[in-house]
Amino acid sequence: MLKGKAFKFGDDISTDHIIPGRLLHLRSNLPELAKHVLEDADATFAKRVKEGDFVVGGNNFGLGSSREHAPLVIKMAGVRAVLAKSFARIFFRNAINIGLPALVCDTDRIDDGDELEVDLSAGTVRDLTNGAELRFSPVPDIMLRILNEGGLVPYIQKHKDLVIN
Amino acid sequence: MGKTLAEKILTMKSGVGAQAGGLVVVPVDLVFVQDSTGPLTLRQFNELGIQTLKQPKRTVLFIDHSAPSPAKELSNDHIFLRDFSREKGAILSDVGEGVCHQRVAEDWASPGDVIVGSDSHTVTAGAVGAFATGMGSTDIAVAIALGKTWFRVPETIRIIVHGHLHDGVYGKDLILHVIGKIGADGATYKSLEFGGEALDNMGMSDRLTIANMAVEAGAKVGLFPSDEVTRDYLEKQRRPERYMPLIPDPDAHYERTVEIDGELLEPTVSKPHTVDNTALARELKGVHVDQVFLGTCTNGRIQDLRIAAGILKGRKTRPGTRLIVAPASQGVYLDAIRTGYLTTLIEAGATVVPPGCAACLGVHQGVLGDGETCLSTANRNFKGRMGNPNAFVYLASPATAAATAITGEITDPREYL
Repeated sequence: MLKGKAFKFGDDISTDHIIPGRLLHLRSNLPELAKHVLEDADATFAKRVKEGDFVVGGNNFGLGSSREHAPLVIKMAGVRAVLAKSFARIFFRNAINIGLPALVCDTDRIDDGDELEVDLSAGTVRDLTNGAELRFSPVPDIMLRILNEGGLVPYIQKHKDLVIN
Repeated sequence: MGKTLAEKILTMKSGVGAQAGGLVVVPVDLVFVQDSTGPLTLRQFNELGIQTLKQPKRTVLFIDHSAPSPAKELSNDHIFLRDFSREKGAILSDVGEGVCHQRVAEDWASPGDVIVGSDSHTVTAGAVGAFATGMGSTDIAVAIALGKTWFRVPETIRIIVHGHLHDGVYGKDLILHVIGKIGADGATYKSLEFGGEALDNMGMSDRLTIANMAVEAGAKVGLFPSDEVTRDYLEKQRRPERYMPLIPDPDAHYERTVEIDGELLEPTVSKPHTVDNTALARELKGVHVDQVFLGTCTNGRIQDLRIAAGILKGRKTRPGTRLIVAPASQGVYLDAIRTGYLTTLIEAGATVVPPGCAACLGVHQGVLGDGETCLSTANRNFKGRMGNPNAFVYLASPATAAATAITGEITDPREYL
């Protein structure tokens, strides 16, 4: 069971909002890059976010570049899951591959600052502030297996191959 | 039941009947990284515990995003890529050779291929009938190590463009119109498959522009059938033996079909800060532009420079509006010198920067100042994209870019044809 505070963002949060190209020189220095996470969407986010919190987006979260650094710095900031109404394709797969749950649910019912409780195995999100109970769409089976191994690197280390069935 | 282009390619490659919604494991014909996502990819590769590349001669490391390097940290990333290439036998495309997607189209991509790259615009190679898609660093690391990847077979949205495009209207205007119509998430997870009279008659350069931007509607791939245009292109690129015809089955199942009358299209522009925020160029008259950027994997080909040079010949860029030109590859650069297009552009006032991504992603060679506006031929105009969240980026065709450089405000290029 995960518990933490919601940081609410709008629709179309791009990978440029999360880590813009002007910080390209920090991409091999992830701890430094993580200090700028989501800077162009909310310049105060990196300072306010705490271990265990959640990033909550609207539609098409993570659109744009394939840069895996985007979910990586969100995870490094202490965020335990990203919730959104929908995700861009590459961001979604990247998040799972690095072991960061990306959950699709009706985030209109969550407000900025709400306390959330996420039960990954039951597939539920409870908003403890307003009492809303949400279900998130099941993560596809192969991605769940990757997530359960902690990401694609530990998955391959263990299985030495891609097995989809 | 018949198959879409995506289902056909994934069936050929996986050896099983690939149908939308199913999962397949497929060998990859080409896997590549570039210098902004490559270092993380190679670090992830080193974590996998697999020492050798499955297909070193089908693994390419491109240095294009910050080339030549503007910062010591990036120079060190470049050293890492070069060392890895030397130690593991991967192909290196170094500073000055050009943008990965242009180079992939020029030298590798062929109909029926599966191509994965750690860059979202890998979809560009869909123009030659390759199932080509961008992935993150860890997926690409695994494709480098194992020579294969997994896909969910995408549903397909068919885009049919009837009629023909008028003078001054190009593939760029068409794809901006499509994205404006279906939205930046209108094709998320799906294949966009292009067809219709206007596209049958379209050259490879415009097809590459269109496929390149499929991802801006969220698509996994943007596919063109392989036809006579493809055959001619492969011949010109000296790999005619890689041609094979590839068309969707007449009874293929499409999630939906979007029909567009090509005759009605006009020069189109995306306004800040999303690609689907489109308007007609003529509706934006009066918007002052500080910088015009002509280049990128979207519109940095010789045909693009020719169009811009045709408009700018004998004319000057307006004082207060700078024009930056980046040929997409070394081949394009040389062609632009031989044809005199670069001379024309420079005489008009252009600054030419080396082949590569240049100003597109905000690292170097044209970072915008506070409050500045750029009209760019690239594919993305997100807030902060060109190095400054307090700047504004409009997207348009090379013709609109050239006309805009002349007047200093967003201009319908038909005024200069």
